[in-house]
Amino acid sequence: MNIFDIIGPVMIGPSSSHTAGAVRLGRVVNKILDGEKPERVTITLSGSFARTYKGHGTDRALLAGILGFHSWDAEIRDALEIARESGLNYEFVARDLPNAHPNTAAIHWLLPGGETGSVVGASVGGGNIRVDEVNGLRVDFNGDYSTILIIHLDRPGVIADVTQLMRTKYPDANIANFRLSRRERGGESIMTIEIDGAATEGMAIDLREVNNVISALVIKRL
Amino acid sequence: MLSYDSVQELIDGAEAAGCTIGALALRDQAEELCQDEAMLFHQMCLNFSVMEDAIRFGQREEQKSMSGLTGGEGYRMLRYSEGGGLSGAFLTRAMSRALAVAGCNASMGKIVAAPTAGSCGILPGCLVSLYEDRGVERDAVVQSMFTAGAFGMVIAKNASIAGAQGGCQAECGSAAGMAAAALVELMGGTPRQCGDACAIALANQMGLVCDPVAGLVEIPCIKRNVAGVMTAFSAADMALAGIRSHIPVDEVIDAMRAVGDALPAALKETAAGGLAATQTGRALREKVFGTAGEIQ
Repeated sequence: MNIFDIIGPVMIGPSSSHTAGAVRLGRVVNKILDGEKPERVTITLSGSFARTYKGHGTDRALLAGILGFHSWDAEIRDALEIARESGLNYEFVARDLPNAHPNTAAIHWLLPGGETGSVVGASVGGGNIRVDEVNGLRVDFNGDYSTILIIHLDRPGVIADVTQLMRTKYPDANIANFRLSRRERGGESIMTIEIDGAATEGMAIDLREVNNVISALVIKRL
Repeated sequence: MLSYDSVQELIDGAEAAGCTIGALALRDQAEELCQDEAMLFHQMCLNFSVMEDAIRFGQREEQKSMSGLTGGEGYRMLRYSEGGGLSGAFLTRAMSRALAVAGCNASMGKIVAAPTAGSCGILPGCLVSLYEDRGVERDAVVQSMFTAGAFGMVIAKNASIAGAQGGCQAECGSAAGMAAAALVELMGGTPRQCGDACAIALANQMGLVCDPVAGLVEIPCIKRNVAGVMTAFSAADMALAGIRSHIPVDEVIDAMRAVGDALPAALKETAAGGLAATQTGRALREKVFGTAGEIQ
């Protein structure tokens, strides 16, 4: 905690959880797409988000984040219009997702080339978020760090190979948090690496070359 | 470095260094965040400017909230303050500022959460009033925001600043306590008097429930920002008059936590109790959101 957590943050109202946190959830999508513009997004709002999104501007906040705005940008108010003008079609669906945090949004996108993707996450209070799913895979990170998601086969030595590559090729990238989860022994696993400083697309390209790695995704710090 | 474990630590530190709590906190935060004091001071200046802009935004006649439930309160109070009203021009103008900032928040304007969005009108209502209507130097006012912040950090650590956790006492109560301490410092009070003012303000808001109609940060939040301003000014005046808090400020903060824990969930931001559960409260909810039938 620092003094600007108390006298701050500067944000667009009215609610840190329903507005500022929603912008950050949208920004996760913006960071994953890293410059690519979706043609269409479908946003499912669950729990309190589903019931109160209009009064809190949660819909505008999520779209603003997807468009790349920050929680303090005045454009959030006009995000519906900005999305329409920039050719982003959107749809909001109020539907309770099972076992979800009360402020959960599921964002599905479609790129002009037909490629799709999704993010499920929750606004957990004070403008902080938790990302629960990326492209259907269970994850757990908050966007405060640059995050690398690596999907790989559950085999001995994969972690060593990944960290060895980071050590040799990116010696300045200090790992802040590291998590590994798998669905079943020998099956697909997901490694979540949060690093201090900036992550680059080059890291993802290099990591995809590591043995037993299926895919790697870099999500820059929100 | 400061631990922010108690207000007593802040008072002792300021007395030992012969400085204000604001100066002590600024020095400590510069060290903690590895930035120089001028940078942090500048950042706080920017936050103060956001507060001033929020007042102007919210004092417009046409200001209206996103839900349409509220709007124009800051404007009406400003017009009314021209006649002085019951509480005098100074306090009615301060009320207008608090209403304006809280209204700015409700209409998706830019605010400084201080400590939260729901209580964002209290610090501007107090501090901008001293700057604009009492001729206090801008730098002194900005410095006092570090005082408010230091008190807020202790409250956040030992009690809560979230309505969902501690009720409205944690939001508007904390803001009033923080503002009272800052006001005392700006009027030349001692660090101990700052602690007394904070204690009195917190004690006078203790038990305040968080019961937002329709779950929105509007009813009763906007007017409670005015209550917070009045509590802060009266607590600061009492402390400056030499009236002590019988219960030490750190014990008041502990009590606030215990009271928050004892509050039922219905009175902690769930919109299930208090004003939100009244017949009119429920009708307003339906007016904004319709019935729950549209959720699949």
